[in-house]
Amino acid sequence: MTRKMTGAKMIVQALIDQGVDTIFGYPGGAVLPIYDEVFQQNSIKHVLVRHEQGAVHAAEGYARSTGKPGVVLVTSGPGATNAVTGLTDALMDSIPLVVLTGQVPTFMIGSDAFQEADTVGITRPCTKHNWLVKETDKLSGVLHEAFHVATSGRPGPVLIDIPKDVQFATGTYTPKKPSVSHYQPPVKGDMDAIIELVEAIETAKRPVFYTGGGVINSGPAASQLLRELVEATGFPITSTLMGLGCYPASGDKWLGMLGMHGLYQANMAMHDCDLMINVGARFDDRITGVVDMFSPKSKKAHIDIDPSSINKIIRVDIPIIGDVGHVLEDLLKVWKSRGRKTNSEAMAKWWKKIDAWRSIDCLKFEQKGKIIKPQYALSRLEALTKKYDRYICTEVGQHQMWAAQYLDFEAPNRWMTSGGLGTMGYGFPASIGVQMAHPDALVINVAGEASWLMNMQEMGTAMQYGLPVKQFILNNERLGMVRQWQELLHGERYSQSWSESLPDFVKLAEAFGAKGILCSDPDDLDDAIMEMLTYDGPVIFDCLVEKHENCFPMIPSGKAHNDMMLAGVDTQGVIDAKGSVLV
Amino acid sequence: MSPLKIKKGSTSHSAYNLRPNFSDVIERHTLAVLVENEPGVLARVIGLFSGRGYNIDSLTVAEVDHTGHLSRITIVTSGTPQVIEQIKAQLGRIVPVHEVHDLTVEGPSVERELAMFKVTGTGDKRVEALRLADIFRANVVDSTLETFVFEITGAPDKIDAFAELMRPLGLTDVARTGVAALPRGN
Repeated sequence: MTRKMTGAKMIVQALIDQGVDTIFGYPGGAVLPIYDEVFQQNSIKHVLVRHEQGAVHAAEGYARSTGKPGVVLVTSGPGATNAVTGLTDALMDSIPLVVLTGQVPTFMIGSDAFQEADTVGITRPCTKHNWLVKETDKLSGVLHEAFHVATSGRPGPVLIDIPKDVQFATGTYTPKKPSVSHYQPPVKGDMDAIIELVEAIETAKRPVFYTGGGVINSGPAASQLLRELVEATGFPITSTLMGLGCYPASGDKWLGMLGMHGLYQANMAMHDCDLMINVGARFDDRITGVVDMFSPKSKKAHIDIDPSSINKIIRVDIPIIGDVGHVLEDLLKVWKSRGRKTNSEAMAKWWKKIDAWRSIDCLKFEQKGKIIKPQYALSRLEALTKKYDRYICTEVGQHQMWAAQYLDFEAPNRWMTSGGLGTMGYGFPASIGVQMAHPDALVINVAGEASWLMNMQEMGTAMQYGLPVKQFILNNERLGMVRQWQELLHGERYSQSWSESLPDFVKLAEAFGAKGILCSDPDDLDDAIMEMLTYDGPVIFDCLVEKHENCFPMIPSGKAHNDMMLAGVDTQGVIDAKGSVLV
Repeated sequence: MSPLKIKKGSTSHSAYNLRPNFSDVIERHTLAVLVENEPGVLARVIGLFSGRGYNIDSLTVAEVDHTGHLSRITIVTSGTPQVIEQIKAQLGRIVPVHEVHDLTVEGPSVERELAMFKVTGTGDKRVEALRLADIFRANVVDSTLETFVFEITGAPDKIDAFAELMRPLGLTDVARTGVAALPRGN
């Protein structure tokens, strides 16, 4: 079964054996042999991006919308260093990526050669694992191991650094085989802990499911099991930014997103619950607010595949280490076999309380006058795209939070956003990756004008591959979230937080050969959105919105979940000195 | 295997369940980490400690299984119980890490360190240094008319004590290996 071939050919062969159909990359001196092999085959599509950061984000979009690992191919030195932001982003959000970097020939490593960088050194803290392969014979083994590591356990990005002489040299190719790796994170949860959680579910008076990206990463089956569990128990469910779509927004148990800009009912339920069931979330600081005041009265269960997530930030009572899908399956089995019990009397009272919180209607806003409110723009986008099986990407900032609040997600893998790292410039290239994976789907990137400009060069990529990605830019000519914090914390001194010298986005679109749409009047908005949806090709939609709108509700820094700011409140002095040092 | 031994990713043998009350007291723990001896593995371990702000009080590393290419890293670290648990879990997450053992909680263990001391002096001080070295069972591994190099093996506090005694007697250089440790018995 083993065959002799060059390192470069091995790389392409290994990708084919791993079922890769698309790679995102940018050529350069140290990867020319690989690009030569890419040229001589038809199994794998190569997407030529305009910047290596874009390649990694596009691969992230591909991975998040398909559940398969994203693959990136870039050159040594600047090619590798440009990939670092994307690697860190993927590590924070647990996205499986295999990134291949070229390296100067082995005999030149350490000599400060042209386009040399210590790639494995630089990327060690921002990958799940990385390798420098110095022998062609070891290359195929490492390539297959890389896919195994990227997708097993808690997924993450891995990187393989391949010197140019290793690509040229001939070696033995070993095909993909059942993994011999010692890296085998367990997926089954401990049965005693699962039974303990079932007992807690049976008696809980005020339970809440707190779900996260782990449900999505576990695969569509995990989302199905979660839905079954929620419907069967009747427990309310909230989700982090990363977990949107694991439970349908149209479900009646849905409380909406929780956290700093989460919904009032979700945060109140988290604060007042007596049983918190964390399913694949990690008690991120955007969720917990001040740790000392986080959900003080609850018993906490935590299902996570990564042992280091347990007790990292919040001490939990029932830790269950395992894959969400496997654990939920066992949990359902045990709960059903014990008679499907819940405390229905207490649940009725709990739901009454939740409905009272819901009636606050924390997302209400008033669209009046001739200026479009960003909330209105997203509400209309939601209404007009509801019937599509659409994929939404975002950049980072106010628009991202509004998108999470005002757009509804019915299925997993439909929502691509930079959660952990908060990378401005993520959304546009991610939308390209999503569209490559789903050529016929509606893919929209909800953006702010400042974020969007960070990777706008990828317009060239969208045009080259005919990707009809819709760039829905909420243009407030501000770095909106920075502006909001400056209003709240820095005496309304808006230091460097406006967008000066913006391009004419319509002309910009036209310069690339795409369609540009400008909309500034709420009365024109529906027609303009329809025009965007019906156009067959990339669109830059420049939606001029209210410049000084703040994103609410909000848990101000240093406050607890039950101390939320709602829209229309006085924003002065709400954050004290202690809170102001937090980000 | 001791019930407290934490294997990678294990839940049932987790120490979380055994020590429910996390305190804020700083504890000193000796960890033994078995790793694949591949390039950069030590950098991964050290980078974890610096990147996440953990302490390294001492660290030793050498390949212990030449056929299996396994190295044993012995780390002495300090932190609250919650931080110690995090350190172990984070170490367990590193791909080439095979096993993480907390020798401090996994039952009795034996810790040893080797150190060399250069003492410079003449006359009574030199005689006194030699006499004390004898009491501490330190060996003379080099001597000139004005210097001794003592080699001493023992628990870290014994070495600390010897260093304190040598200081007024002309201690000029110290080299210590850091702690190597193994569990006692089976």
